[in-house]
Amino acid sequence: MEKRAVFGNRLLPYGLLAPQVAITLIFFYWPATQAVRQSFLLEDAFGLGSEFVWFENYRTLFSDPGYYSTLWTTIVFSTSVTVVSLSCALLLAVMADREIKGATGYRTLLIWPYAVAPAVAGVLWIFMLDPSLGTIAQGLRRLGIDWNPRLNGTHAMTQVVLASAWKQISYNFLFFLAGLQAIPKSVIEAAAIDGARPWRRFWTIILPLLSPTTFFLIVVNIVYAFFETFGTIDAMTGGGPAKATETLVYKVYADGRLGGDLGGSAAQSVILMLIVIGLTAVQFRFVERRVTY
Amino acid sequence: MVERKGALARLLPHAVLLIGVAIVAFPVYLAIIGSTHENAVIANGQMPLWPGTTAFDTYYRTIFVGAGRTTREPVSTMLLNSLTMALLIAVGKIAISILSAYAVTYFRFPGRMAFFWLIFVTLMLPVEVRIYPTYKVAADLGLLDSMAGLTLPLIASATATLLFRQFFMTVPDELVEASKIDGAGPFRFFKDTLLPLSRTNMAALFVILFIYGWNQYLWPLLITTRDDMQTIVIGIKKMIVTSDALTEWQVVMATAVLAMLPPVFVVVAMQKLFVRGLVETEK
Repeated sequence: MEKRAVFGNRLLPYGLLAPQVAITLIFFYWPATQAVRQSFLLEDAFGLGSEFVWFENYRTLFSDPGYYSTLWTTIVFSTSVTVVSLSCALLLAVMADREIKGATGYRTLLIWPYAVAPAVAGVLWIFMLDPSLGTIAQGLRRLGIDWNPRLNGTHAMTQVVLASAWKQISYNFLFFLAGLQAIPKSVIEAAAIDGARPWRRFWTIILPLLSPTTFFLIVVNIVYAFFETFGTIDAMTGGGPAKATETLVYKVYADGRLGGDLGGSAAQSVILMLIVIGLTAVQFRFVERRVTY
Repeated sequence: MVERKGALARLLPHAVLLIGVAIVAFPVYLAIIGSTHENAVIANGQMPLWPGTTAFDTYYRTIFVGAGRTTREPVSTMLLNSLTMALLIAVGKIAISILSAYAVTYFRFPGRMAFFWLIFVTLMLPVEVRIYPTYKVAADLGLLDSMAGLTLPLIASATATLLFRQFFMTVPDELVEASKIDGAGPFRFFKDTLLPLSRTNMAALFVILFIYGWNQYLWPLLITTRDDMQTIVIGIKKMIVTSDALTEWQVVMATAVLAMLPPVFVVVAMQKLFVRGLVETEK
């Protein structure tokens, strides 16, 4: 799509683009190029020189069992966050959709966690789940569960999943509610006349018609779990105990901070870049579909 | 909706929703309660579920004095840093994006599509995938521990540019033609026609970007080392010391409440704009 009427200035458009392009080149393209370049270099122990080593850094990375366990942690973490948060949000949205009068009121009561910073969400949940003083942790103790996220990796994972999913419920709720309200009531009424009970209508009509929204939200939630939960993890567990909650992004941060392996850290960044490119591509292909739906 | 419902069926959604709201609100409720009790009560796990009496003292100390042992700055400094950062990021992103969208929509010039793609591809380069190289650039430019370092690398925005471009495409061409006939140049048209038309879009975007800026964590963590440059989201994490005995939980919770207030207020008060912004930035 193009504009018919445009202005003829020669230089002005470049001036208008200059600030955006300058920042993009300096803070996006240059560092990204550096990451790619560094991933093919091996620095010597004193940081005095570096050598071009082709895929050596990648080979080291992929032969390190630690990298696979981090990858697995990331998969478990993002799947859990997505499933927990989407199912809670869907349940609430279906309930809110039934009550047309109360829907906006409930929406106000449910959307605000979106505004809470991931790191602050982490702090709120530590306060509830801290083994020695947390209100919920003490409840679990009374139930006979030896809750200790500082030593138990599964417990630590559970607590970061809960804090991350909690924050994302509002976003998912908002989009599910909009999706539900866009389903024509006549379709549902037709099914009801054919004798389909609410439960059956949900599985055979509402859920399939909601699938574009669901698919879109799955991608958004995976991106969220991969990249935006860094603050939650850093505030709650710092990747521990024994790397049980270390995701790919956290590993890049932790490995680079120790200052050691620049090439390896860069190789990890490049892999993350490829993951983002993949996810963005999926998202954009899907958006095209959503428009025609 | 369709069939006639009994009392139970009518009450069920409300019951589920109220339980949902209660679960979602519980962590924040506990934080508020926590900020009104003395640390001794909290630290030995005896905190009741109703408010205590030390709220005033705690908030006064948090805002004006700060947590004694860990962060040496009062939370008011952090709040000011966060506010400045969030406002600069939101306004900066909107300003540079609306200009570049104007350029690629209303002008024909060599390299137009190349520039468009150059901006578009940054969608795929979030700060998380280029942490250390970006840090190095900022360090080389002398931007560490400065407001410019906190905000500049974050104010490029492909999303906002796409959004404005999309909106500009819906503005009727007759408006440009009319302005041209009236003798208005590109500046006049932008200022008198396009900007006023974009007001709602800018406001919706502002709400989203303010929250985005306020909640930044990774970048401020890398770029700031000085206590007086800390944002509140960074500061609160530093207040939690690994050994329980040293953490002043009542101050931490008061800080959490203060860190949530501005963005939550923005979302609730400008709910319509917020929802609009959220839906549009995801297109």
